[in-house]
Amino acid sequence: MSGCCFPNNSACCGGTEMQTVPTTLSAGDIWGACKVRLGIGRMDYKVEPGLYAVGTPDGASPVLVSANYKLTFDALRSKLSGLDCWLLILDTDGVNVWCAAGKGTLGTEELINRIELTGLTEIVKHRKLILPQLGASNMKAHEVTRQTGFSVIYGPVRAEDIKAFIAAECKATRKMRTVKFTAWDRLVLTPVELVAALKISLFAFGVLFLLNLFATRPFGLRDVAAYIGAVLIGTVVTPLLLPWIPGRAFSFKGGLLGLIWTAAAVWRFRWFAPEYALLAIGYLLLLPAVSACFALIFTGASTYTSPSGVLKEMKISLPFIVGAFVVGAVLVLIQNLFIGRPL
Amino acid sequence: MKLRYLKNVATLTLAPEKCVGCGQCEEVCPHGVFAIAEAKARIADLNACMECGACAPNCPVHAIEVNAGVGCAAAIVFGWFTGKEPSCDCANGECC
Repeated sequence: MSGCCFPNNSACCGGTEMQTVPTTLSAGDIWGACKVRLGIGRMDYKVEPGLYAVGTPDGASPVLVSANYKLTFDALRSKLSGLDCWLLILDTDGVNVWCAAGKGTLGTEELINRIELTGLTEIVKHRKLILPQLGASNMKAHEVTRQTGFSVIYGPVRAEDIKAFIAAECKATRKMRTVKFTAWDRLVLTPVELVAALKISLFAFGVLFLLNLFATRPFGLRDVAAYIGAVLIGTVVTPLLLPWIPGRAFSFKGGLLGLIWTAAAVWRFRWFAPEYALLAIGYLLLLPAVSACFALIFTGASTYTSPSGVLKEMKISLPFIVGAFVVGAVLVLIQNLFIGRPL
Repeated sequence: MKLRYLKNVATLTLAPEKCVGCGQCEEVCPHGVFAIAEAKARIADLNACMECGACAPNCPVHAIEVNAGVGCAAAIVFGWFTGKEPSCDCANGECC
């Protein structure tokens, strides 16, 4: 080691500035994380690709490869306290490791390219890279070795296991290699789903507002409450209670909880009276379909659904969801536009 | 509680006669689908497979085949409308 390429020495490393990053997150980092979890600026939350230093690494320090989504970058560095290492951040266009591997932005080509651009070969003496395991689906490890001389070691799934992994001489346990999907993992994903669902719902509210001009029984707060409840069931409650709801299909789980919710709402709002029969039956079809649909969308956020499985689920459930939605909506509209409120 | 999705749908296959027992598939699989015994890999838990596609390209002897893709309902619907392979690149730039 020449002593040149230590952190904060902008005069070297091909003129690119080397940045040392802390292993603690600032209030700004946490605020930023909260915002992207709510879907605000989520597609443009990036760090500059390149080589970063954690602690005071030298030519023998391990090199960890990751994505340039700032949420990923922060999650990684915050788990590296006390470790001296290099972070080779690839340009994944601000997308996390697993999804970027799926999209193709995190892959063999970008890795080889980034090794060259950062001059990594000059900075470290060893020839080993620790890649996140979830980047494996788009990585030809032998090709990386052939073109750059670096061998690829797949690290653990979660950043919190990296220190233990390195301490165990880069041996991962079965547990480190397995993707979990804990209640907390699921909970942090729900705000994005809810915000997106409410955005779509604004359109529906606009339509109801216009319909109210002709309605003999105008849509009111109770209707909105019943609907919002069904949205919450699909986007938040079903994801959260996923392992405990009977069945395997997401739409079934969402539809089941949606039906229970709607029955409770019909009871509470006294829509079970004979003169509201169409409204009650309509909502008992329409609202569980809404919950089922949003639950089905959560397959995209889950970490264990196969495309073959989702396709099968959709082929079976979509006719029911669309059928129940249409018939339910027609019944509710008949009640509200033509029958109205009994005297 | 372990989360399990639909049974008997995964397209994963392993050709045991090609397998050299390197263990790479077991290493990259996020759901413990593979097990190595007597220098051969076998599919120990097919129904846990989410078809992420990590195993196939990392198999040095091409013994593994899987129709890899995204298990996302929105992506599949988007694929139906656009005629493209389902992917995370949804219409409005918002993606997963």
